[in-house]
Amino acid sequence: MATRSSGPRRGLGAVAWHLSMLAGLALVLYPLLWLVASSLKPSGEIVGDLELIPESPTAANYGSAMEGIGRVPAWTFFLNSLVLSSGAVVGMLLSCTITAYALGRMRFRGRGVMFAAMIATLLLPFHVMLIPQYIVFQRLDLVDTYIPLLIGKFLAADAFFVFLFVQFLRGIPRELDQAARIDGAGHWRTFWNVLLPLMRPALITGSIFTFIWTWNDFLGPLIYLNSPDQYPLPLALKLYIDQQEFSDYGAMIAMSVLSLVPVGLFFLAFQRFLVGGIATSGIKG
Amino acid sequence: MAAARTAGRPRRTRGSKGDGPVAYLFMTPWLIGMAGLTLGPMLASLYLSFTDYNLFTAPEWVGLDNYRQMLADDQFRQASKVTGVYVLLATPLKLGAALAVAMMLVQRRRGIGLYRSAFYAPSLIGASVGVAIVWRALFSDGGVQDSALGAVGLDTGGWIGNPDYSLLMLVLLAIWQFGAPMVIFMAGLMQVPTELYEAAEVDGAGPWRRFRRITVPMISPVIFFNLLLETIHAFQVFASAYVISTGDGRPAGSTLLYTLHLYRRAFTDFRMGYASAMAWTLLVVVGLITVLMFRVSRTRVHYAGEDDR
Repeated sequence: MATRSSGPRRGLGAVAWHLSMLAGLALVLYPLLWLVASSLKPSGEIVGDLELIPESPTAANYGSAMEGIGRVPAWTFFLNSLVLSSGAVVGMLLSCTITAYALGRMRFRGRGVMFAAMIATLLLPFHVMLIPQYIVFQRLDLVDTYIPLLIGKFLAADAFFVFLFVQFLRGIPRELDQAARIDGAGHWRTFWNVLLPLMRPALITGSIFTFIWTWNDFLGPLIYLNSPDQYPLPLALKLYIDQQEFSDYGAMIAMSVLSLVPVGLFFLAFQRFLVGGIATSGIKG
Repeated sequence: MAAARTAGRPRRTRGSKGDGPVAYLFMTPWLIGMAGLTLGPMLASLYLSFTDYNLFTAPEWVGLDNYRQMLADDQFRQASKVTGVYVLLATPLKLGAALAVAMMLVQRRRGIGLYRSAFYAPSLIGASVGVAIVWRALFSDGGVQDSALGAVGLDTGGWIGNPDYSLLMLVLLAIWQFGAPMVIFMAGLMQVPTELYEAAEVDGAGPWRRFRRITVPMISPVIFFNLLLETIHAFQVFASAYVISTGDGRPAGSTLLYTLHLYRRAFTDFRMGYASAMAWTLLVVVGLITVLMFRVSRTRVHYAGEDDR
């Protein structure tokens, strides 16, 4: 792969480059560092304090955050978020992989049209579907359940991932599945035993994005969930904002940190898959 | 689109059976979703946009009334203006930052992977409520920015509480998430042959000319891709505006993004017909912008290898 600079320059150029990059990085990461630092300060000293190193670090905020809000303990919110995000991952994997296999490897009437329709939904503002979907789920008495939030994942509604998987399949030599077919494998076995294992990197990328996006999703839960004991973390944070006058500011800050920690861990563990996944498919984070 | 082109490939097998029924079996979940969650609801909201509907009584046909009311609704005009300004500022600035940092990061330097990951991180969490809470804390009255400026004698108050600056704080939050387009830009920049730059340098082209004449045309497909997706994305930002404005677009409607107004009309006022009209208006606007961008791209975007064909 070609790089822009004409060979690794040493000395002054490199120093200037690193200094400017570090300055940029400090700017970009300051809000996050501030958040983490503030969560360790006494609740009354957070507002307006620029310091990144707490004078007298305390875990008190985390203590009160774990007690929860609105008579729901914090671990319930975590569990809800975890159930929603894991469910979304399972649904996305089941539905998007078979759709991608059909679009990428099978021949059938209407495939071109379906592929184009799938791409078009990538560009569709979801607000056009929002209201009728809500009305239908309300009629079916499914409001305040996770079904409206998850059903789309099981029906390959996330065209991003179908597209990601189709792109990935293009890179796998067709000879492999032709060989499998000659050996007598049907489509299901070719898909399940031959191609799916080879798609592992794309599956990991898709799973992490699905998990994180669902974990952070706000609008869906805001519309469909009413009972606080069903709330995932973003709505728990909304409870803190709604009751700001009465609730503990430090606890809200600590809760924000806790809501971002799983994303941070995923990022540290899988950053290669994430950054690589975006570069090949153009998925945005 | 290259993708659409390859999708036409199976024609060569005309005469053979194809995969018929099995293929449709594989496509079933998607087809159900397409009909039940996308096309059906789209048509339903088109219908609803011509009705008065509050969820509890049957929809009543009112023709174009909702669209007429939109034009007379001050808040709708405010929301359109705010969203227009937001999209026009946030998208180019975000992409500018993304391209600038991407160009720095394709040089061969030590620790490049670390920088790349660190700059990318904010775009994973930028749309979350947690980060919106940080933004509020940084830029509200008595917050970090207020007390930092106060310490040097500038008493501006928190920028989020100031109707002149509040939208800019949302723009800033968008720019902060430049990591995702940055990674895509980097992939594009890696593909530009180094010889082009060397030849231009020999011919005496300065850095600006090399950027204008080589970098921009060579990565124009990536620029187009990022511009299209980020523009569409910018129209749909919701969570951060909701949190930063405590749900109602304050101060003085300055952060009342279109999606926020739509949400309030639908789910606080229960004016489902009106909100559907807003949704379809958004769809048409986004659709027109998409078509326009594809048009412009036909003359402005250079696809490598297309000349040889």
